[in-house]
Amino acid sequence: MDVAHDTADGTEIQSVLARYPDATEDQLITLLQEVQEACGFLSRDAILSIGRHIDMPASRIYGVATFYNQFRFYPLGRVHIQICRGTACHVKGSKAVLDTLRQELGVAARQTTRDGVFSFEELACIGACGLAPALMVNGELRAKVTPESIPALLKEYREKVEAV
Amino acid sequence: MSKKKFNEGKPAVEPAEDKKTEDRNAEARPADKPVEPGAAAENAMAVDGHAVGIQPGDTILIAAQRAGIHIPTLCYLEGFSATGSCRFCVVEIEGRPALVPSCTYPAEPGLKVQTHSARVVEARRTIIGLLLADHPGDCLACVRSDSCRLQELASELDVRQRRSYTARPHHELDTASPSIVRETSKCVLCGKCIRVCEDVQGVSAIGFIGRGAETIVGTVFNQGMNVSSCINCGQCTLVCPTGALHEQRDLTRVVAALRDPAKVAVVQHAPSVSVSIGELAGLRPGEDVDGPMVTALRRLGFKYVFDTSFSADLTIMEEASEFVHRVSHGGILPMFTSCSPAWIKFVETFYPEFMPNLSTCKSPQAMMGAVIKSYWAKRMNLDPADIVSVSIMPCTAKKFEAARPEMGRDGVRDVDAVLTTRELARLLKQHNLNLRDLEPGSPDSPFGERSTAGKIFGASGGVMEAALRTAYNLITGGDAESLDFKEIRGQAGSKEYRINVAGIDVGVAVVNSLSNARKILEQIKNGRSDLHFIEVMSCPGGCVGGGGQPLSPSKSDIKVRLDKLYDIDRSETANHRMSHRNQEIRQLYDDFLGSPLGPMSHELLHTHYHARPVAR
Repeated sequence: MDVAHDTADGTEIQSVLARYPDATEDQLITLLQEVQEACGFLSRDAILSIGRHIDMPASRIYGVATFYNQFRFYPLGRVHIQICRGTACHVKGSKAVLDTLRQELGVAARQTTRDGVFSFEELACIGACGLAPALMVNGELRAKVTPESIPALLKEYREKVEAV
Repeated sequence: MSKKKFNEGKPAVEPAEDKKTEDRNAEARPADKPVEPGAAAENAMAVDGHAVGIQPGDTILIAAQRAGIHIPTLCYLEGFSATGSCRFCVVEIEGRPALVPSCTYPAEPGLKVQTHSARVVEARRTIIGLLLADHPGDCLACVRSDSCRLQELASELDVRQRRSYTARPHHELDTASPSIVRETSKCVLCGKCIRVCEDVQGVSAIGFIGRGAETIVGTVFNQGMNVSSCINCGQCTLVCPTGALHEQRDLTRVVAALRDPAKVAVVQHAPSVSVSIGELAGLRPGEDVDGPMVTALRRLGFKYVFDTSFSADLTIMEEASEFVHRVSHGGILPMFTSCSPAWIKFVETFYPEFMPNLSTCKSPQAMMGAVIKSYWAKRMNLDPADIVSVSIMPCTAKKFEAARPEMGRDGVRDVDAVLTTRELARLLKQHNLNLRDLEPGSPDSPFGERSTAGKIFGASGGVMEAALRTAYNLITGGDAESLDFKEIRGQAGSKEYRINVAGIDVGVAVVNSLSNARKILEQIKNGRSDLHFIEVMSCPGGCVGGGGQPLSPSKSDIKVRLDKLYDIDRSETANHRMSHRNQEIRQLYDDFLGSPLGPMSHELLHTHYHARPVAR
């Protein structure tokens, strides 16, 4: 899994670390969560800074961070798509929708397009089984999506963010 | 059966003292007394029906091993706390529903253990089956084809077919490091490499990444080893059970050079290789094959064979002079030795503030490389570019060192290729040369004569001892009464010694393994100031335990190699035990170099260091 470089100057990271001056290995998860909260994702710089702060080798921090699904190593796109991969959606064809998404965007799940517009991730059941296959775009639910409807959907959101 | 009943009336098993003297590898099975019904021992358990004595802290595995009962292991690492992750060493305990890993299960009096019941053997077969299910299976072409633990276990358990095969997700071959190749697809996730990297070396360049079926062993951000905090020591390659981590091989290049009529191939071999390579030719550990190895190198096509122990003597001339100079001119102390390239990279990576403490002397390999392509080239009337200079090293980090831009002039490398002990053994096999059958040969002049001060460079403490012998002479003009500095010999990770030379009190320390070096660096950082000269070797026991040496050595294998170097030292007369008495060294200074630390030495034999800002 590749990890993006920092997009900011690192002040967010430092301000989180400053709140835990005596942190040790035991607070690693907390630090990772708070830095992600502040920066939106865990950058290379974030992982290395946390390592220096609690005197832990970067390889081990990276190991812990990649163990948990909650941590992201890329900034989210301006349009973030969460595709449901629960049982009902799977039966109704969410795999094909996922493949189309990957193909159209040219990135894998949990990555972000180069222009920073789109990112997507897979979720377990989001509880909208009656509307399967379902996905969420920036928190809005889109029901009964098909592979064929994906290009139009992406176009719609791209225009929305570019209009801003 | 209760513990009580089992213990009744049985005399104690053999006293622990008897056991201690036994070789761990002895083939005898001393615990050959069947346990009688009703018989018992205060401190024994029954393993496969034999009474096995228990010592405090024993696991089932350790107690059984001591009694000569073999339980196969995969992820178990001698001297480390067990992780129990591979489950290969499972055993069956009477009265317990599940099989237990013997490497973590505490030995208790009265346990009745089966190490090879039908259930146990079936479980081991299943484990191998699962490991094989996503293994590439290119065994014929694998570098570990004749030394793979997975292959060995599969064969031992007579696993002859793969019931299922699912290829793993594609993993790129990581060939970016000049020393170590990572073949993730062959990894069985035993974690031994991670443990030695962290516990022995204190480096942690690699760790587990990801989770579940997608777990791999890799560097931070899963980048190439070359840009990680890896220091190239190769200890991971010694413990890897499969071909997942191995040295970057240079055999093809060397063979091509040997066949090229336009090139003159010369070779140097490091002090520790002659006492370890015999193991790969079926000889006992510690057998010195210096002479036959020289013959073998000539038969391979090397025109000139030099001994790195010669340039170790040269290193001592420079390094002892540098130390005396630092002491007498108020230079930076403590001074650290600089022979071990992984140690150098460790300082550059983790403690750049200590770079001024490193001796500026190049390592013996690099010094030999430099004099071959300068003094010797001129003397032989050869263009340095036409010389192919190869070295045989116990070390994977030497490959990195030889490729450093400082180690050459005018775009010509001083050492063109480095082969590890293991690679040389392969090359000999390929040419059907057996060290057992060859007549001893002698090295070439002018870089063939060595003192045994240079020879003991292969042992932790050897560089310091050699330096002290010569420094004593430099300071007093005479030689020390005893040339033996026994306090700094042996396998201990950290040794200290105080010596008074002509009224100067010198504190010396000798450390091996970089986790021990880290401790001493931290002490110095925190103000410790009684040490003046510190030898650091990256690998346990020094070069005899190097990352390029025969695979998975036990601590006792390393000890035997180490002891042999001191035997060789003891067998020589005093004049051949001091670097400054080496006649060829004196001649080299007279003819070419001038004096130690002189301008020519500065140009050829000394170097400088760079901080390495890598992700760590």
